[in-house]
Amino acid sequence: MSVIGGGYMIRLAVVSGKGGTGKTVITGGLVHLSRCAKVMVDCDVDAANLELILNPRIIKREEFTGMEGAYINPSQCSGCGVCSDACRFGAIESIGDTYVVHPDQCEGCGVCRVICPSEAISMRPRVCGEIYYSETPYGNLVHARLAPGAANSGLLVGRIKKIALERNGECDLMLVDGPPGIGCPLISTITGMDQVLAVTEPSVSGLHDLQRLIRVCRPLRVNMVVAINKYDLNPGISDSIREYCGKEGIPVLGMIPYDESVMDAVRKGRLVTEYDTPAAQAIHHLWHEIVSTLRVRADAGQ
Amino acid sequence: MTTRMKIAIASGKGGTGKSMVAANLAWALAQSDRVTLVDCDVEEPNLHLFFPPDDPESTDVQVSIPAFDNSRCTLCGDCAGFCAFGALVVAKDRVLFFPEHCHSCGGCALVCPAGAITEIQRPIGTVTIRHLSAHLSLVTGTLNEGEVLGVKVIREAKRYAAKPGWLVCDASPGTSCPVVETLHGSDFCLLITESTPFGLHDLELAYSVTSHLGIPVGVVINRSDGKDEEVRRFCNERGIIVLATIPFDRWIAAVQGSGDLISRVDPAWKERFIALGGACRSSVGGT
Repeated sequence: MSVIGGGYMIRLAVVSGKGGTGKTVITGGLVHLSRCAKVMVDCDVDAANLELILNPRIIKREEFTGMEGAYINPSQCSGCGVCSDACRFGAIESIGDTYVVHPDQCEGCGVCRVICPSEAISMRPRVCGEIYYSETPYGNLVHARLAPGAANSGLLVGRIKKIALERNGECDLMLVDGPPGIGCPLISTITGMDQVLAVTEPSVSGLHDLQRLIRVCRPLRVNMVVAINKYDLNPGISDSIREYCGKEGIPVLGMIPYDESVMDAVRKGRLVTEYDTPAAQAIHHLWHEIVSTLRVRADAGQ
Repeated sequence: MTTRMKIAIASGKGGTGKSMVAANLAWALAQSDRVTLVDCDVEEPNLHLFFPPDDPESTDVQVSIPAFDNSRCTLCGDCAGFCAFGALVVAKDRVLFFPEHCHSCGGCALVCPAGAITEIQRPIGTVTIRHLSAHLSLVTGTLNEGEVLGVKVIREAKRYAAKPGWLVCDASPGTSCPVVETLHGSDFCLLITESTPFGLHDLELAYSVTSHLGIPVGVVINRSDGKDEEVRRFCNERGIIVLATIPFDRWIAAVQGSGDLISRVDPAWKERFIALGGACRSSVGGT
């Protein structure tokens, strides 16, 4: 572990548990405030938003092929239905006297292929989305778009993180905008991170979801810090969040006020910290605290 | 006659107010009709936070995983070679199993030539049923922390909720498999958005999923600051009806933030949510 600029790429992910707490706006602020060489990754591949505020110019696109999917060759299918009975995902349905695979339900396990007595089923690669490699005024951005309703979002997250690492080895910082939730894409996002910033909001849902997020991260030995966004909308619950984090030994490094000018900046395609507003000042302070935390940990040899 | 209608609430973007709309809509409709509210955001279920604590009944959601009879296993590697999810690795003296990667397809037991694999059950989540009033029940799917097979928990929660009356299913944010599982079988989808570039961008993504599935939609603009032109233009161009607009209001944020419902606190909001339910029903040609 090192401080930023110490010859090692620090990896920082912004996550939340609950959606819509302000991950992307805050990530944008940190992108703007960190002066070092960096690469950004938008791991919210279901609904990527960093591209809306970083003004990327796409320089390379590639297809994302996820897990293979089953395909039934109608000319070989005898219509026996053994595959449909064996499929645990309800992905195979009879149509007339033959069977077809529903790609949305097929998880690509291959059970139907081995069980088919007519050898009518093969596994085929499936395009599940697109990966973009872009330039922005602040550094390179790796982002993606999952095909509507597609599976494999965790796999796609892993893929874009790998691309960012391979092509930007000389950078001092990787800044990751994470997905909401605590499932597959989140676990894939926080794997290998040096620091995870959880952005929460003062509501019963925000606190509940933060607690679940912390319990998922703990066994994975993630170094977590917290910021409370719009803290002044419910100061009582903000206090409860601080108290809970205190008990858990998780530092609360930022308190960001509700600030109408934040969305005005987003509407102009600008970063929140380009303006001198209460929210921008709080994000300045947050970044300063994150850097100090990294420095303390580096000094302690962690 | 009892209404039978399945409404899904989705958004693409997180935090636009799906749970807020779902909870208020269900509570308002349950003043006169039977309603089952289903929390399909199994990674971060929140709907129970808006209702007083009661005596919930919980059932485990189980998945099948392989169990190995080491006395029969010949370490041939057919199981690991078959597993498309990387859940099995053949070591020197046994097969290593990584349960968090297993999709419960049953393929390893099927291909094992030595009959060394049987299947056992492993809990990955729970379905909890709460009877909130004479007309309203809440079915919550909860994925255990650290687990990844949320789709399986959603499927089980919806199975428990197959009852007459209104069914209101609250989806997770995003556009991938958990959202598809939630939308599956719905008569109508309410897409909740906010009047920001993020809200609009993700509304487009969510709409591409509902279109892909052929589910009719209506839009609710939440936390509107009046700058809704872009969202309205998007909806107009596609013939999508904006069924309700909820303003940004510190009072609403405070009620919601503290775990209450605006339709419970203010009769005017209750009437608006009842009207929203009626608008959903009319949109699909119901009466």
